Amino acid sequence: MSAAEWRKAMNAGAGRYAWTGGARGRIAARPVDRPSPRPSPLRGEGEVATAWTQWVWRRVGARHVLVLLAVLVYPWVATPFFTFQIGAQSLALGLIALSLTFLAGYGGMVSLAQMTVAGIAGYMFAIFATSGTDISLRWPWGLAVVLALVIATACGTLIGWFSVRTEGIYTIMITLAIGVAFYYLAQQNYSLFNGFQGFQSVMTPAVAGVELRAPLVFYYLSLFWALAGYFFVAYLLRAPFGVALQGIRDNPRRMSALGFNVTAHRVAAYTVAGLIAAVGGVLMVWYNGLVSPGSVGTSWLINILIIAVLGGMRHPVGPFIGAVVFVLLQNFAVDLVGRERFNLLIGGVFLVIVLFSPDGLLGWWAQGRQYLEKQLAPARAGGWRRGRRGQERSTTAAPGPH
Amino acid sequence: MSPFWRWFWVLVVGLPAVAFTVWGLADNAKLFLSTALNGLTLAALYFLVASGFTLVFGLMRNVNLAHGSLYLLGAYVGYVVGEQTGSWLVAVAAGFASAALFGLVLQVAVFRFMHGEDMRQTMVTIGLSIMMADILLWMFGGEIYQFDPPRVIFGRTPLPIVEVYPTYRLVLLAMSAAIGVLLWWFLNRTRVGMMIRAGVDDRGMLAASGVNVQFVFAVTFAIGAGLAGFAGVVGGTALSIAPGEDTRYQLASLVVVIVGGMGSVVGAAIGAILIGVAEQFGLAYAPTYSVVFTFVIMALVLAFRPQGILGRRA
Repeated sequence: MSAAEWRKAMNAGAGRYAWTGGARGRIAARPVDRPSPRPSPLRGEGEVATAWTQWVWRRVGARHVLVLLAVLVYPWVATPFFTFQIGAQSLALGLIALSLTFLAGYGGMVSLAQMTVAGIAGYMFAIFATSGTDISLRWPWGLAVVLALVIATACGTLIGWFSVRTEGIYTIMITLAIGVAFYYLAQQNYSLFNGFQGFQSVMTPAVAGVELRAPLVFYYLSLFWALAGYFFVAYLLRAPFGVALQGIRDNPRRMSALGFNVTAHRVAAYTVAGLIAAVGGVLMVWYNGLVSPGSVGTSWLINILIIAVLGGMRHPVGPFIGAVVFVLLQNFAVDLVGRERFNLLIGGVFLVIVLFSPDGLLGWWAQGRQYLEKQLAPARAGGWRRGRRGQERSTTAAPGPH
Repeated sequence: MSPFWRWFWVLVVGLPAVAFTVWGLADNAKLFLSTALNGLTLAALYFLVASGFTLVFGLMRNVNLAHGSLYLLGAYVGYVVGEQTGSWLVAVAAGFASAALFGLVLQVAVFRFMHGEDMRQTMVTIGLSIMMADILLWMFGGEIYQFDPPRVIFGRTPLPIVEVYPTYRLVLLAMSAAIGVLLWWFLNRTRVGMMIRAGVDDRGMLAASGVNVQFVFAVTFAIGAGLAGFAGVVGGTALSIAPGEDTRYQLASLVVVIVGGMGSVVGAAIGAILIGVAEQFGLAYAPTYSVVFTFVIMALVLAFRPQGILGRRA
């Protein structure tokens, strides 16, 4: 076979493979098209309604309803301290960590600069809106929020554009270096970032006379954005973009051979993560009422990683679980080990999780479930439950909320 | 790199540098030269820390983010030993030995069991560095410690133009150069060094030819960690020891090896000189934006040569 013939044959084969691969990807991205393994009780009420109710029926279990009810009722039974300090802070931190989970768990890129993006959003809000510093422009808060989100997302994209040139551990190092560079810049620059002091007493907006920083209001505000972020990520992971991203995580060369633009997908993932982190950053600046270089320091860059790893990166609910554990430890470490030794405690917990459960607390949950299911298996042989592990492992079947 | 591009870069980087040098010398020669010396001594310190980091990475693909903690550990142990014995040289030796021993334990007890899982190693070292920083803070408190080196090396040396310069910094420069030469000799002229270089190129082949790879790993890790501890005492003498120095040197070595190229000792030297000199000139001539210089160098290197100046593509 001559070289030209050989090349022709290879190209033809590659083209065919790409086509089938693409089609398979498209089908897998829309699991609704697949025949439901479980008959819906509402069959025959029109195509759209059936598809939708089937989807809800199949996806929503008792525990989803329970969790939703619990987070909705929580502020009515908890004290303002628990509502604001624990609840709202966990939700806002969880949102920032969610952006890292999305990048790391589904894009395979561990970026330590997500807190930097959140910090940029906080700084931008403080600069455009009202604070105790003269640098603030005192523009309307709505405009300030939009500007903060846009600028922070743009910065997140830029950071991504830099770091996608590298892979694996290199990404960690470069994003860490970028994050620390921003920390020093914020600390040394007085004309824009107000140096070491940062922005104190950032004004939290009030809507129709209701102060957004009131514990109950702020809790529901954080909850709304946390749920929005959660469902957005959960949706995105099943959309063609998310499926392609997970394919790139598992094998970038193969995805590139299939005709996907690997770099563009990765940068786009950074954009999405940047937006999520920016929302979390604005919430954090409202929560704290201030933003300073300390909010984007090395320890906070690492803390976001700890939160994400603690919860588990296999599912978008992980960062919120991690954030709750982190915030609880932070607030009650005084009783356990004394205020001074919090870092030792959180470092130890992190080390134990990394050493013994690579999938975080969710990994333990999954192991426990599997054990229980094995124990109960004879009682419920057969049935409609498919193997969950197989489903999670494969790239094409995106893990939905379960 | 084709000759055209080489010339292009020489012109793009070299011309502004030459222009700045001429301007700096004409404007204020004393400031310029003492800044250059400060930059070089800082580079010497960065090289000591980063060479161990890059050596460990080059051989084992193991990013040890607890490298900065080893620096601080060596510094504190060196301080305690120095206080007990009253000898600065013993303190230096103790700093090297303690960090090397700790590195050895780390390699034998932790990293050996997660070979190839670089992400997990990174996480584990992050956890370790958090814990170590807190334990050291617990034991030594937040005070700033200072070494008491021999009089001979701690005075002032008269120099032309600069007039006087701290002798110790010149000693540091000389020590760092000596360590660089020693490292070169060790890697290029000894049997273990040969094994290490072979391991960097092809670990599997090295094992197949009958070398105990775990032994080579342990030796490399001990030397890399020991260099960090050595730098802890030597650098702690030039500046001081305080909590937070671990993060500072961890980041410095990260930036240095990103610029110089992971796994290359010569690259670490080039990166250290670039970063150290840029940092000091930034501090002297544009204090607000000194960090930005470091960052711009890193960004430029990443944009045009992602593997670092002397790095090879993985």
